[in-house]
Amino acid sequence: METPIEVSGLVKTFGRTRALDGLDLTVRTGEVHGFLGPNGAGKSTTIRALLGLLRTDAGVVRLLGGDPWRDAVALHRRLAYVPGDVTLWPNLSGGEVIDLLGRMRGGLDPARRAELLDSFELDPRKKGRAYSKGNRQKVGLVAALASDAELLILDEPTSGLDPLMEEVFQSWVRRAKADGRTVLLSSHILAEVEALCDRVTIIRNGRDVETGTLTELRHLRRTSIEAELTGPADGLGQLAGVHDLRVDGHRVRFDVENAALDAALRKLTDIGVRSLVSQPPTLEQLFLRHYQADQVRS
Amino acid sequence: MTAYTGTRHLVRLILRRDRVVLPIWVLLLAVLPASYAGAYAELYPTAAERAAYLAGTASNPSIVALLGPVYGDSIGALTVQRAGLLALIAGLASVLTVVRHTRTEEEAGRRELLGATVLGRYAGLTAALLVTYAANVLLGLLVAAGLVAAGLPGAGSVLFGAGVALTGIVFATVGGLTAQLTESAAGARGIGLGVLGLAFVLRLGGDAGASGGTGGSAEWLSWLSPLGWAARGRAYADERWWVLLLPVLFSVLVALVAYPVSVRRDLGAGVLPSRLGPATAGAGLAGPIGLAWRLHRGQLLGWTVGFGLLGLVLGGAADAAGQAVEGNQQLAEILSRLGGSSALAEAYLGGTLSLTGLAAAGYGIQAALRARAEEVAGRAEPLLATAVSRSRWLVAHLIFALLGPAVVLAVAGLATGLAYGLSVGDVGRELPRLLGAGLAQVPAAWVLAGLAALLVGWLPRLSGVAWAVLAACLLLGQLGAVLKLNQWALNLSPFTHTPQVLSPDWSVTPLLALSALTAALLALSLKTFQTRNIPTP
Repeated sequence: METPIEVSGLVKTFGRTRALDGLDLTVRTGEVHGFLGPNGAGKSTTIRALLGLLRTDAGVVRLLGGDPWRDAVALHRRLAYVPGDVTLWPNLSGGEVIDLLGRMRGGLDPARRAELLDSFELDPRKKGRAYSKGNRQKVGLVAALASDAELLILDEPTSGLDPLMEEVFQSWVRRAKADGRTVLLSSHILAEVEALCDRVTIIRNGRDVETGTLTELRHLRRTSIEAELTGPADGLGQLAGVHDLRVDGHRVRFDVENAALDAALRKLTDIGVRSLVSQPPTLEQLFLRHYQADQVRS
Repeated sequence: MTAYTGTRHLVRLILRRDRVVLPIWVLLLAVLPASYAGAYAELYPTAAERAAYLAGTASNPSIVALLGPVYGDSIGALTVQRAGLLALIAGLASVLTVVRHTRTEEEAGRRELLGATVLGRYAGLTAALLVTYAANVLLGLLVAAGLVAAGLPGAGSVLFGAGVALTGIVFATVGGLTAQLTESAAGARGIGLGVLGLAFVLRLGGDAGASGGTGGSAEWLSWLSPLGWAARGRAYADERWWVLLLPVLFSVLVALVAYPVSVRRDLGAGVLPSRLGPATAGAGLAGPIGLAWRLHRGQLLGWTVGFGLLGLVLGGAADAAGQAVEGNQQLAEILSRLGGSSALAEAYLGGTLSLTGLAAAGYGIQAALRARAEEVAGRAEPLLATAVSRSRWLVAHLIFALLGPAVVLAVAGLATGLAYGLSVGDVGRELPRLLGAGLAQVPAAWVLAGLAALLVGWLPRLSGVAWAVLAACLLLGQLGAVLKLNQWALNLSPFTHTPQVLSPDWSVTPLLALSALTAALLALSLKTFQTRNIPTP
């Protein structure tokens, strides 16, 4: 069986801007592959090249064993795509758009369509102009997930969805995977990728900077801690895995690698904790930390 | 006055966004009356000639129905009648401007962005109205100044200018109200233009029975229509200044409804509930053509009805126009040299149908550029990611760019033929002839639609240039002969090559050549569209 997505050395320029600069990306059959990068990194450009919508300047793009530029129509029969910003026709209802896209793709499963509408709590009778951003996104998702496409290409599909709907989305992606479908999920939210993906490719400035399983990317997984202590924050800086420590009187702020989280919390409770906030760092923070240094050096 | 806070900023924003469109429509409309006055002074210098013109043409029922009543045979009175459609056009521009800066902004979500800043509840509506009112006042002043400069009496000039300005203001206010009613800008525009159309039909009905300045039995209908008021001030006759109170009162009444409604509804919502659509797509909505039909059908219907009505009016007036010209020795001589005195009405019909052809080309361009609009809005990308080829997607839109102008020109020809046939009592002969004359315009209109299609495929960022080409063709057709331009310059316009099908000898060759050119343009369009990036921003 062929590899669903194989990209190597992909270059795409727009005028003087080099949107993609030698990108490699391989997605294997049956996996959910995270395509992670900050805004403007080139995720959507890559996806458009995969869909044969953009001419590439150099490199090889193989989609489901074919050439996406030459064999666009035949290949598109086997995939479903949800853009990052779904725009609808103001005078068509959501249900009409779902059916239209489904039919143009080669049919959709009516039972699954009904189930999707139900679980996403989407009213298909509303006109395109009446939907909010999140609901427009749901229209695109229902149309894609109700199809029998073997490959799903989802470009930041959850932007505008609330956390509850994000859960629903994740359960449907897991179901798609269980059905043996392949998913390329582009995102700038690390937590989403962590929750769903088997493997991840990280892209920055048009180039893949890292690719691997989540375990292999563990060094990216940290937690940001902000705490107010009852005593002075002595000894925190000496702990392995604690980064970017800032102390302001009894208030401390630092990032800690998840492997060292237990030790760091122990240390905090030893000193005495008045309040504590912990959250995953944003992707932008991670990128700043991990890749800015590389860039300066190179 | 906190409800109006921020109005000044919004006014400046509107002026900034409309800095091209607004001056253009004001100036274009403002020069018309003075140029009519100049033309009348030149064509009918003596009172006797004007009296003959008044008796023969100006008081002809179909002319009165189309343009409005005429009060006397002075140059001023004739000019006021001739400029009768000015108020309609000012009303049209005003409705569109106000809706564009109120409901369109809200629908696009831009108002929300501004609404979060320091902005009073009434600021949005007030700013749009103020700008449009000011544009109309400026238009009125320029009209009056132009007429005075053309040598007409001051009082009548001011009265007529004020009448036009106030009609624009009435419909600006109507636009301000309809913008509150629906959620969609298209709906608000539709209702606003519907009111305008109703006002026109009322005036047309009221004036149809009249001839000259003597009102018919149904004249009260014209008094009900805001479009009937400007003429009823009787500029250059026995000026009735009190008539100006009617549009003022009407505007105040409409504004008194619009303002409370504008604050009682939520941002983005309309007063009229938006209807729900079907939960599933009908069988027809299965591919690019089914979708294109949904996207284009409203426009096709609108243009068809409009061209049908236009054809009826123009056809109905043709016989009278021919007779009117016969009354004018000089003009008749010129025209008879062109086609014989028996062909005067037909020369008129040929001329009007050629203008209709240009309008149909505008429709063709609009339909072709719809494909580009879809692409820019991000609605092409998801479709082209399905099993639909680029060609099928583009062809679906181009079908309407080609069939649309053909359908509306056929309807215009049929309607003209029917009305003209009825007025000369020979429908059996005129109907097919004028259908043919209408259809003869199709290939030239296609060339411009094909050009727009080529731009969409090849130079998408420049696709708006198609409109400039249409404007150039209009100017070549209207001014080319007057300016005595070179034949090669005139030949640049496809409409120059459209044969006069109504004259006895004409050749089908240019029609075939224009069609072949269209085919080449379309082939190039599809080819270039095949190999470019989508979307091209």
